[in-house]
Amino acid sequence: MSQSLRLRGGIVSILLLLAFIGAWWGATLPTQVDLGDMDPDYAAMMGLDTVQESDIPTPGDIGSAIWTHLSDPFYVSGSNDMGIGIQLAHSLWRVLAGFALAALVAVPLGFLIGMSPLMHKALDPYIQILKPISPLAWMPLALYIIQDASISSIFVIFICSIWPMMVNTAYGVASVRDDWLAVAKTLEVSPIKKAFKVILPAAAPTILTGMRISMGIAWLVIVAAEMLVGGTGIGYFIWNEWNNLDLANVIFAILLIGVVGMILDMIFGLLGKAVSYKEV
Amino acid sequence: MTTPAFIQVDGLEKTFPAPMGQEPVTVFQNLDFEIEKGEFVCLIGHSGCGKSTILNILAGLDAATDGYVFMENKEVTGPGLDRGVVFQGHALMPWLTVRENVAFAVKSRFKRHSKDEVNAQVEKYVDMVGLTPAIDKKPHQLSGGMRQRVGIARAFAIEPKMLLMDEPFGALDALTRGVIQDELLAICQATNQTVFMITHDVDEAILLADKILLMTNGPFAEVAECAYNPLKKPRSRQEMHHDEHYYPFRNHLMDFLVNGPSTPYADKASDGTPPAMEEAPRSGPRRVVNA
Repeated sequence: MSQSLRLRGGIVSILLLLAFIGAWWGATLPTQVDLGDMDPDYAAMMGLDTVQESDIPTPGDIGSAIWTHLSDPFYVSGSNDMGIGIQLAHSLWRVLAGFALAALVAVPLGFLIGMSPLMHKALDPYIQILKPISPLAWMPLALYIIQDASISSIFVIFICSIWPMMVNTAYGVASVRDDWLAVAKTLEVSPIKKAFKVILPAAAPTILTGMRISMGIAWLVIVAAEMLVGGTGIGYFIWNEWNNLDLANVIFAILLIGVVGMILDMIFGLLGKAVSYKEV
Repeated sequence: MTTPAFIQVDGLEKTFPAPMGQEPVTVFQNLDFEIEKGEFVCLIGHSGCGKSTILNILAGLDAATDGYVFMENKEVTGPGLDRGVVFQGHALMPWLTVRENVAFAVKSRFKRHSKDEVNAQVEKYVDMVGLTPAIDKKPHQLSGGMRQRVGIARAFAIEPKMLLMDEPFGALDALTRGVIQDELLAICQATNQTVFMITHDVDEAILLADKILLMTNGPFAEVAECAYNPLKKPRSRQEMHHDEHYYPFRNHLMDFLVNGPSTPYADKASDGTPPAMEEAPRSGPRRVVNA
């Protein structure tokens, strides 16, 4: 039953895609302007006598752009002309570095906030003020202080991925069931062992959910950050191709960002599943 | 001067601080009772008389407002491995298998044990509650009765001096409850385990307990009577209602729960049948009229 549902869903997905591409293809067909009683010489001078190519890339253009990029993703021929794989690697590196640093800070701090009502009260105002700040607002400050574009974008990723992880960790730690803590108490378990063997596994699904949200935000933010600071990365690539007025490459990059974002989300989905448990 | 009892509870009182603008609530007060080594003691009372709080104080998970608990002449001030607790809601860690749940306790108790020794200990106690086939399953794959059995195995596996059980079978259906009661009875008789158990099931108390503490309703709940079970050991669920003491004793307990304290059972038994234990309660039972 679910097998057939999945199959039917897949078929409808493909049909929708075909319909979309068909409509796109139809809308970007070359057009012949109706010249009416225009002087043929005037028409020729204006370039209206021949078939007009569409300004928007056709599905075929996108297909060939995808083919071109994916067939040689790692070439480097100058600082403004690098393969898409290289650009993507730069973006992924920044996201992972910023994310990992954020995790190193957010999880222990979240533990502290979750376990200590005092620290919760003390740190909450700061978190509430810092959390809603758009990560890009930090960029000028980061650039000025760090004086390195790439590290600044890592910092921006760090600052945007820290909050969901911290808040979720604190929540997960604070809502560990009293029963389990009581068990640990009656067994005279040391605080360290309690943290790693009881609280961490109990809060792990919530923590992983926070990480998943953080990763999603980080991937959103890296594109904007790289557009701002330039140099390398998928965000810079898009901006560069926009300056080249190469919309086929822009659309290709948009698709690629979506696919990579989906894969990152799936990875965290799987990790979350691995640490999840059924409560009874 | 007799030797002091294994567990001695003196003048225990629990008062919860006043919610805004209200009087503080004293749940129970003046609690005195003793538990001898190897004795199975049940505490019976209605909801709200602080039964669970008493157990938590014995376990060291909660602090009394006044009074003391002594275990082997040492004051109980915190939780410890000498007391095993079976929680009302089994409290198994759902991310661990049965084996890992019990091993968590065994490793905490026997820190120097090798892997094999831990495993052997785990398997021994899982086998004791008949769960060997399910030893590598997670709690959510088990039925409610099986989960509670794991909780019992975990508590026994640390070989505590005293076992504390907070309505361990409250959430189980009658059939399962009966089976596990039988198992528990057999295990306790075989190991001579000292047990303090909270229940509101009169038949459960008669089957399991050597001594039954009857609590009045809260607030200001007290132990109104300490009744020794007149039914001789070994008791069994199938046979015990044929015992001549069964109905009088059961009626006495039911009357207490329904109507409140009356003449203690030991004083009622004027037909010459002695209480099962030679010794009468240390202090005279308190008689408190319910509000």
